[in-house]
Amino acid sequence: MDQNNVLIDIKRVSKAFPGVLALDQVNLCLRGGEVHGLMGENGAGKSTLIKVLTGLYPRDTGEILFEGEPFSLSSPQEAADHGLSTLYQEINLIPALSVAENIYIGREPMRFGRIDWKQINGDASLAIRKLDLDIDVTQPVSSYSVAIQQLVAITRALEISAKVLILDEPTSSLDLAEVAQLFKVIRKLKEDGIGILFVTHFIDQVYEITDRITVLRNGAFIGEYETQKLPRIELIAHMLGKDPETFSLEQTAGKTQQEKTKTGQTLLDVKQLERKGSMMAFDLTINKGEVLGLAGLLGSGRTEIARLLFGIDRSHKGTILLDGEETVISSPRKAISHLFAFCPENRKEEGIIEDLTVRENIILALQARQGIFRPLSGRRQSEIADKYIELLDIKTPSDSQAVKNLSGGNQQKVIIARWLATEPRFLILDEPTRGIDVGAKAEIQKLILGLSEDGLAILFISSELEEVIACCDRIAVLRDRKILSELSGEAIEETNIMQVIASKDVNQ
Amino acid sequence: MSQVQWLRSENFQRMLWPLMALVGILLFNFFFTPGFFHIEIKDGRFFGSLVDIANRAAPVMLLAIGMTLVFATGGVDLSVGAVMAISGAIAATVIRPDYVKGVLEYGEVQSLFLVLSIPLFFSLLAGLWNGLLVAVIGIQPIIATLILMVAGRGIAQLITQGQIVVFIHEPFQYIGSGFLFGLPFPIILVLLTFTVTYLLTRRTGLGLFIEAIGANSIASRFMGIRERMITLSVYIFSGFCAGLAGLIVCADIKAADANNAGLFLELDAIAAVIIGGTMWGGRFTVFGSIVGTLIIQSLTTTILTRGVAPEVTLVFKAFVIILVALIQSEKFRQLFSNRMAGEKVRTS
Repeated sequence: MDQNNVLIDIKRVSKAFPGVLALDQVNLCLRGGEVHGLMGENGAGKSTLIKVLTGLYPRDTGEILFEGEPFSLSSPQEAADHGLSTLYQEINLIPALSVAENIYIGREPMRFGRIDWKQINGDASLAIRKLDLDIDVTQPVSSYSVAIQQLVAITRALEISAKVLILDEPTSSLDLAEVAQLFKVIRKLKEDGIGILFVTHFIDQVYEITDRITVLRNGAFIGEYETQKLPRIELIAHMLGKDPETFSLEQTAGKTQQEKTKTGQTLLDVKQLERKGSMMAFDLTINKGEVLGLAGLLGSGRTEIARLLFGIDRSHKGTILLDGEETVISSPRKAISHLFAFCPENRKEEGIIEDLTVRENIILALQARQGIFRPLSGRRQSEIADKYIELLDIKTPSDSQAVKNLSGGNQQKVIIARWLATEPRFLILDEPTRGIDVGAKAEIQKLILGLSEDGLAILFISSELEEVIACCDRIAVLRDRKILSELSGEAIEETNIMQVIASKDVNQ
Repeated sequence: MSQVQWLRSENFQRMLWPLMALVGILLFNFFFTPGFFHIEIKDGRFFGSLVDIANRAAPVMLLAIGMTLVFATGGVDLSVGAVMAISGAIAATVIRPDYVKGVLEYGEVQSLFLVLSIPLFFSLLAGLWNGLLVAVIGIQPIIATLILMVAGRGIAQLITQGQIVVFIHEPFQYIGSGFLFGLPFPIILVLLTFTVTYLLTRRTGLGLFIEAIGANSIASRFMGIRERMITLSVYIFSGFCAGLAGLIVCADIKAADANNAGLFLELDAIAAVIIGGTMWGGRFTVFGSIVGTLIIQSLTTTILTRGVAPEVTLVFKAFVIILVALIQSEKFRQLFSNRMAGEKVRTS
């Protein structure tokens, strides 16, 4: 690799949004003919960096050099003119148009004042063949698999310009074979001297394809590393903000032995549950009065497990035993009838109903279980709402306040109150403390511990390791949509969790 | 809840502006239209402009009641006008089955039960069709109901073979022009439908579920509300209301006019719902929609009694709808006065 062939050099770029410093003196150096991984957890600033680079956001300070020249973009269109193409997670193609049309849309070759279809289709098949792909370019894009669509999008990007390709989580909806196909194309592009910036959450993939890695955390630049020289454990430590020096690099096999938990009977016994494309087969037991944590990086399959157990997504294989009896959970309604409860990660879209009042938000799940014709009286509603407002210390002027006027932490408490009102046996909490302030966080953690003491089985999902460690009796560690290992008792330690995530051996 | 609190409550705030608009129109008439408020009692029946307005507005009120619930789930039902035409066409055909073949004799006199139940059954079916397209197949409501809006009038034409089926059927005509307790029967029908709807939505969990679905359907599903089932039922109910409205119009004019019955009334119903203060997807008030309908109808009547050409009434209507919609917008009101919006508590 030519060390001097620097395509993009980002130097000390900062970007602030009201109340947040999204990027703080970030550096990034992308060379021609390399695949450069951009890593970081949620809120690290990866997307902001890409948007600043491609001209979607103006930067506040710092400079960006493109092939050694200072360069500043005011719109994504200009980025394309400079040879910079970005592929976002959602594929930006028009499904109903043909592959060829999608590749040349907006730049159609004209002939006698009309579009020259012959040339478009001819050029498109040539361009597609460059990626060792052989498909009919006159077919609509929607008739092909997501992976092929991804490659069509890449073809389009390359046809527009071919110096820098930014791939923002291109593999998140692909299966293994499709990822392999994509990687083959990426390697070929690399040989052609194109600089590729690769954003992903999959650790295995980063080590498979990238040459160097830049790590961001909370908007700050953590470092740039050669992939081959960076042990996995250190990469994870950098991403999570732990000191890699404190870890012993020994294997953890001795420490991850499983202990039988002290508390009571098994509530849920999940056997070889699998949903293709979202979660590989896994086993999981959840006991009464126990907090089971799911630890892992973003996209490791934590939320997917929650959705499977609550019946939002249906499994393709495997069984769930509830109190020892085989149970099919085919819908949230079914799950609720078994006294399950689920606080979703996406509070605004899936949790609260913004326009309704605090009281209505709290009683809705209970009312839904009671059915339409057994309404809770106004007084009963107020009783329930006031009870939980007091119990969870929800800060609201009254129970008839619209939920959208509460702070994030209080909204989260309203959702928890909603489920507690249904007196559940099994509570799934997906990132219950995300985006809420420290005080509210501690309160919710305390609440979780209290509830489990009362005999409630809890599945606790969080991307903050400290929190998982503090709250959970047992922790299942996930990576790349697999449960790798289970830790309990003494073995619950940050080091252990991180080493499991970093371990190369995927077979358990 | 104390009186001051009630005056500030969300429900009252939402109703305030439509009510004021209605009062404004009535006040205008009080001063400028002689005899507007005069109500005469003849043979134990009430007559006068006010009764007339309510009576004329009855079909649209029925449509608006159904439309309100559809609106609250975040949908719209464009087909109600066409369903009115279908319902009327079926009723007339039940009364005179062979009229379209040129037979003028009535044959057997059909029972009122059949004349009412058959059209209403098909109206429910029309609603079911809309509901299936929206709730089960997942088509955008505006497109899903557009299908029946266009095709429905064709179906009605097919039933009447493109003719206007006139008939005489005393018991059935009572639906459109009879009197009960001194009031025109359509008004009684509206009061009945309104009361049933109110009890069904506000004295059960249904109203809250409808609002929850409209405001956030994903969250609603995640807490076990049968969102498809409820959406489906709401469209069926809207079909039923439209069928009922169709019967009133048909019985009133003693004829089924597939071409003109209920024409553009879906737009009046939508306007009434919006004027009445129901949000698209979320909070709804059936009473507000009734007020909205009354605003539209009294405005039309006012314009006509002022001697303005009927063709121009639509322009006035548009003007008033824009005005009321603007007044309801909090942002617009704040442009003029910050005090009017009341205190907004923000703890975030």
